[in-house]
Amino acid sequence: MRATHEAHLPPAQGTDAAVQPPPQTPVPMNGAPAHPQHSLHTSSAQQHEHPAKAAAFVANDARLHWHDQAVWFIRAKRDRVSSAFPEWEQLRALGSQIKAHTLSRLADYLEHFEKKAVSLGAQVHWALSAEEHNRVVHSILASRGVRRVVKSKSMLTEECHLNPYLESHGIEVVDTDLGERIVQLRREPPSHIVMPAIHLKKEEIGQLFHQQLGAPAGLSDPKALTELARQHLREKFLGAQAGITGVNFAISETGGFVVCTNEGNADLSTALPPLHIACMGIEKIIPRAKDLAIFLRVLARSATGQPITSYTSHFHGPRPGGELHIVIVDNGRSRILQRDEYRRSLHCIRCGACMNTCPVYRRSGGHSYGVTVPGPIGSVLAPHLNPAAHASLPFASTLCGSCSDVCPVKIDLHHQLLVWRGELGRAHLVPIEKRVGSAIGGWILARTWAYRFFGKLMRSLLRRLPRALVYHRWNAWGRQRELPDAPRYSFREIYRRRRGK
Amino acid sequence: MSDVALFVPCYVDQFYPQVGLATLDLLDRFGIHADFPEAQTCCGQPMANSGCFSDAAPLARKFLDVFSGYRYVVCPSGSCTSMVRHHYANLLPGEPRLAAIGGKVYELCEFLHDVAGIKPRGRFPHRVGLHQSCHGLRELRLASGSERRIAAFDKVRDLLEGLEGIQLVDLARPDECCGFGGTFAVSEEAISCAMGKDRIADHERAGAEIIAGADMSCLMHLSGLLRREHKHLRVMHVAELLAEATA
Amino acid sequence: MESSREEILRSLRAAQSSPAVLPEVADVGIRYPDAREQFAKSVSEVAGRCVFVGDRRRLDEELERLPEFAAAQKIVSLVPGVHRANVDLAAVADAHDLNDVDFCVLPGELGVAENGAVWVRQGGSPHRAAWFLAQHTALVLSGSAIVHNMHQAYERLEIGGPGFALFVSGPSKTADIEQALVIGAQGPRSCTVLVIEE
Repeated sequence: MRATHEAHLPPAQGTDAAVQPPPQTPVPMNGAPAHPQHSLHTSSAQQHEHPAKAAAFVANDARLHWHDQAVWFIRAKRDRVSSAFPEWEQLRALGSQIKAHTLSRLADYLEHFEKKAVSLGAQVHWALSAEEHNRVVHSILASRGVRRVVKSKSMLTEECHLNPYLESHGIEVVDTDLGERIVQLRREPPSHIVMPAIHLKKEEIGQLFHQQLGAPAGLSDPKALTELARQHLREKFLGAQAGITGVNFAISETGGFVVCTNEGNADLSTALPPLHIACMGIEKIIPRAKDLAIFLRVLARSATGQPITSYTSHFHGPRPGGELHIVIVDNGRSRILQRDEYRRSLHCIRCGACMNTCPVYRRSGGHSYGVTVPGPIGSVLAPHLNPAAHASLPFASTLCGSCSDVCPVKIDLHHQLLVWRGELGRAHLVPIEKRVGSAIGGWILARTWAYRFFGKLMRSLLRRLPRALVYHRWNAWGRQRELPDAPRYSFREIYRRRRGK
Repeated sequence: MSDVALFVPCYVDQFYPQVGLATLDLLDRFGIHADFPEAQTCCGQPMANSGCFSDAAPLARKFLDVFSGYRYVVCPSGSCTSMVRHHYANLLPGEPRLAAIGGKVYELCEFLHDVAGIKPRGRFPHRVGLHQSCHGLRELRLASGSERRIAAFDKVRDLLEGLEGIQLVDLARPDECCGFGGTFAVSEEAISCAMGKDRIADHERAGAEIIAGADMSCLMHLSGLLRREHKHLRVMHVAELLAEATA
Repeated sequence: MESSREEILRSLRAAQSSPAVLPEVADVGIRYPDAREQFAKSVSEVAGRCVFVGDRRRLDEELERLPEFAAAQKIVSLVPGVHRANVDLAAVADAHDLNDVDFCVLPGELGVAENGAVWVRQGGSPHRAAWFLAQHTALVLSGSAIVHNMHQAYERLEIGGPGFALFVSGPSKTADIEQALVIGAQGPRSCTVLVIEE
């Protein structure tokens, strides 16, 4: 049964993935809220956020093409490795089916996971909101007197803005994934969920390392920069009192979970300090250990074009003499589950393939979306928590459908973007110029006589008006393009004459 | 009354009548005499695309009023066809006539390829860059596409390949979006034009003389960019190309 | 007052719609004409090295032929028969003291041809930190333990007992700086798989 036409706007929430500051603005470190309180009213600025930022990105033509090529390269790698065996589409179907099944019994699977995890000696916590997640993590750390934490990549902790929260409580958090460390030092958000620093050139990273890590001026060789970061991060691993990781897959059957990295930073973060906190969204659960085969075969291939990451670590219970805490987080996911049209977005395994293939993402960059997770999946997830703030995102797309076809778990991304458009339209969160244009256009096109009359009038004006009146500053089409020539007779007029009417 | 109706997209009717005429002539040439029901206006896509579903719904109803009586509805546009086949359900939930219309509306190339089984013969000695319009490709599945790992097929290409002298050039990115995207072309103008220029550059590097496609909307956008830059590369709808080649 | 746990579970149960079937994931994976050969190819593609040692007794000799091993001073080995191994993990009080380990030799239980991954289980051995702090690693794997794909791997492996285990596929690496592949990011700089035939 189809959902009704009413807007399903969630009530206002506290901490959420609100508008992020642009790269040059440092994230406040002093305990001030890192994001404004949102309201259900949207400003014109918010409705035009992505287009404005995208236009700024596009303005630097050389950089635009550099970024586009860099990200396309990963799409191309994904194409190559997914051709390595004949069963790729079968894996996508199976992955999608396993996720759909899991979501249909998510509460049962989570409860079973918790039971098994606890029996292995882990401590399991539940957090409804991003805020609660931050408080839970902080309280675990504070109760053990932890002041220095190392963290391996977790988009969930990024979504909850964990770092500024912990920092405001006097705890040092070092992001240990190289790309994440780079953006952390630059005090900006990641621009891609798998390659956080894809928007940066090596010279910029060299400059950053010179300013903050003592690198010699002018160093830009990636190998040398990585070596420097290795030494720097080693010290951090050795000095850390706790390690925080994300969770790629949580296995309900066994109570264990899997973390995938190429650098080995999740392992260094958890093998040295005695305390390991693993943060997971509720949708990370899979039913059985053998289901991992499906997901591990498609994850790295979709994300980076590798057959598997260097390290695929399976954690079952704490280290002898150590502590393991698992924080299970909702933060709006259960609400998404209630929406039939959007529930498949919870299949997401955070591979980033949709971003790599998206022609709009590649030409506007992750920061233009203003949310933790950008690109197609981000544009489908973000409006749930704050439709007003993210109203421009479902429109930051041509609905080309490439994302849906690369998604390893078959999320119907481009269909969900269109559904969002309708929902935002009903909630009057679409820019006024579109609503007015649509109302006028709709009125005319619903009446054959009006369509014929105004069509002829429009063509007549276009043929007669001086160029300056047609190509004025409000003609966005005409900025870089010619309008089509307006023919004297429309198809139907010619057809009529032909048929001798 | 014929059992085949021609559905001409609104912007083709107004700006590219030659594409509508080429479609009609082409069908005629293959023995398919289509009606043009004059009450038609627009499939409603521009409104739906903007999220204004309530403005699009009356147009969807009007479409059903005009076309439900026909056995086939042929349209020289993948995006309009997809709108009817896949997205009218969003606009008119529970509408009983929807079940039937999905099976009746065909984009021109898929109609010629699947229903009429035509293999055009003719001459078109030009270097042609085939532009894969996204809705035709990924919604109507006119071709297999570069993303999916399935046996390759391409209905549009099949229709063109048999033409004598035609050279279909190799593009670096064979099915990347041109950037039109409906209202996107205006509301995200900067990216839209960047995408279109990149497509053009790909065709130029591949040595195309003509960019051909099955959706005039994509071609309108590319043509707009080409003409502003005074470039010689031309655009042609597949209907025009086939009509010329088989004349 | 309802706990967060209760509220989450309640809201999930309220949301559930029609049941979706859990598919059987029977072996859908590719089979290679020669799994060992493909394994070696895959290890090399992930920037690792694969050496077919043959007789287990030749292990030490093969290790010495690796320049990183030959130059290594502090060596950990969880595989018996490595004569120059000189760090007894059981005698180490603090894993932090293992930062100067040059080379670590680990036993692999299973290898996967499609991706060059080797399964290593911690079991009772202490200080797995050594595996990642070491500058270089070698994994010793029996040739008969090489399977074609991940489905076969999970069929054979027993997942779930308490403890840590992982798939290692090649050395530590990153491409975070302008997509340039750099081997040896945070963890080991090299990974050599030594395949022995029992």
